[in-house]
Amino acid sequence: MSDLVTAKDLTVRYGGQTALTHVDFHIAPGEIVTIVGPNGSGKTTLLRAILGAIPATAGRIVRAPNLRIGYVPQRLHIDLTLPLTVRRFLDLPRRVRDNDAAAALDQAGCAALADRQMTKLSGGQFQRVLLARALLSKPNLLILDEATQGLDQPGSAAFYQLIEDVRDRTGAAILMVSHELHVVMAASDRVICLNGHVCCDGRPEVVASAPEYRALFGTGTQGALALYRHEHTHSHDADDIHEAAE
Amino acid sequence: MTGLLDDFMTRAALAGVGTALAAAPLGCFIVWRRMAYFGDAVAHAAVLGVALAFGFSLSIFVGTLVAALAMALSVSALSGRGHGVDTILGVLAHGALAAGLVAVSFIEGVRIDLEAFLFGDILAVGRDDLVVIWGGAIAVLAVVFWRWSAMLTATLNPDLAFAAGIDPRREDRLLTLALAIVVAVAIKVIGALLITAMLIIPAAAARVFAGTPERMAVIAAGIGCTSALGGLYGAYYLDTPAGPSIVVVAALFFVCASLIDLARRAPR
Repeated sequence: MSDLVTAKDLTVRYGGQTALTHVDFHIAPGEIVTIVGPNGSGKTTLLRAILGAIPATAGRIVRAPNLRIGYVPQRLHIDLTLPLTVRRFLDLPRRVRDNDAAAALDQAGCAALADRQMTKLSGGQFQRVLLARALLSKPNLLILDEATQGLDQPGSAAFYQLIEDVRDRTGAAILMVSHELHVVMAASDRVICLNGHVCCDGRPEVVASAPEYRALFGTGTQGALALYRHEHTHSHDADDIHEAAE
Repeated sequence: MTGLLDDFMTRAALAGVGTALAAAPLGCFIVWRRMAYFGDAVAHAAVLGVALAFGFSLSIFVGTLVAALAMALSVSALSGRGHGVDTILGVLAHGALAAGLVAVSFIEGVRIDLEAFLFGDILAVGRDDLVVIWGGAIAVLAVVFWRWSAMLTATLNPDLAFAAGIDPRREDRLLTLALAIVVAVAIKVIGALLITAMLIIPAAAARVFAGTPERMAVIAAGIGCTSALGGLYGAYYLDTPAGPSIVVVAALFFVCASLIDLARRAPR
């Protein structure tokens, strides 16, 4: 099957800064791909370019004609002045049937929340509702931007389990950005390590042992503990392994 | 039928209700998007538009519409360039108001009743004005009704809109256009200084009673219309200025709504 989204030699300048340089990217149907990388490495920019929210400065993005994206944003601030029940939220941007709404809430594990106000939900409930809404468009590509931010560890583990279930049940490809490397690594088919460019790319165990990845995240427990002491700039000691464009 | 519109109070009531209906759903978006100061800046620019209209012999509606749109575009162009948005809005809102007042003083030959444009002159609304007001109101309601879901999605989160195939920038532009029309329509009714009040106060009061965005817009429309009629009635019997009286009634609604909200939240 052909790829859902392909980016070729993608460069994005945004707000006067070059966020991405010469990025090649692709995702196939049913694949779970995770993007990891330090803060400011262009992870969210790549997602937004794929969504069409930021234009490519150079290079191009090709989307499959049948592409249907379900998007779960990093955080969604709902102003307290906006009254919005969970059920009504699911109707955005298109009205959905009550049966479908109930099924999506059930699938996301938050069936009891339909009549609650969005602003009164806990962090975990909120993320599940966002996921339910994203599922309603019957996406073949589900994009999640650090969807477990603000969840505790059992909460985020359960959330990733849920996402894997969604993939298994619906066959949707999953593209996510995450900081929680140890969990993500286990659940992904492929990991892309990003730092303005693609540092390395491949199966989780391959990426975890790649020098570029270690330069960014260190070596401890597949990088999970190194999260808070990574360097923002790094040199490529292994340019003979792959060619990085810096 | 002709007799009915001969009465200045009937015309004033129709003008007030038309403005309130258009302002209500738009006011909700302004509250949700925290654009109150943006509304102020656009409304104050309308005074400059009045001067423009007299200077170039345009209709007041066209002059204020052009000035309001120009202001909205300037705000977008200047945002995100080093100054805080509230600073930019403060500069532009008051700059435009002052420039408008100065510009009006340059216009010779025509005696302009400035107060009428600052505080509205609803009792002097003519048949032509009614056509403009209701035409504008219906246009605004049609746009908001047609784009409601897309505008709501864009208000929640631009990326959510992009992912759903909606261009949030287009929805922003439509909202801005609708706001400019409301300003151009409302200047005769309520005046440049108090237009924002008619947008925001009914919406803010309605928030307390609403569980969904649609209900909030409908309740805001109800509060807006009641305020317009109540304010007119009060102005007639108490001989107070009509525009400010309408806003006072709306503000009373807000006070009552806030008290009800407080009582609801109070521990029993």
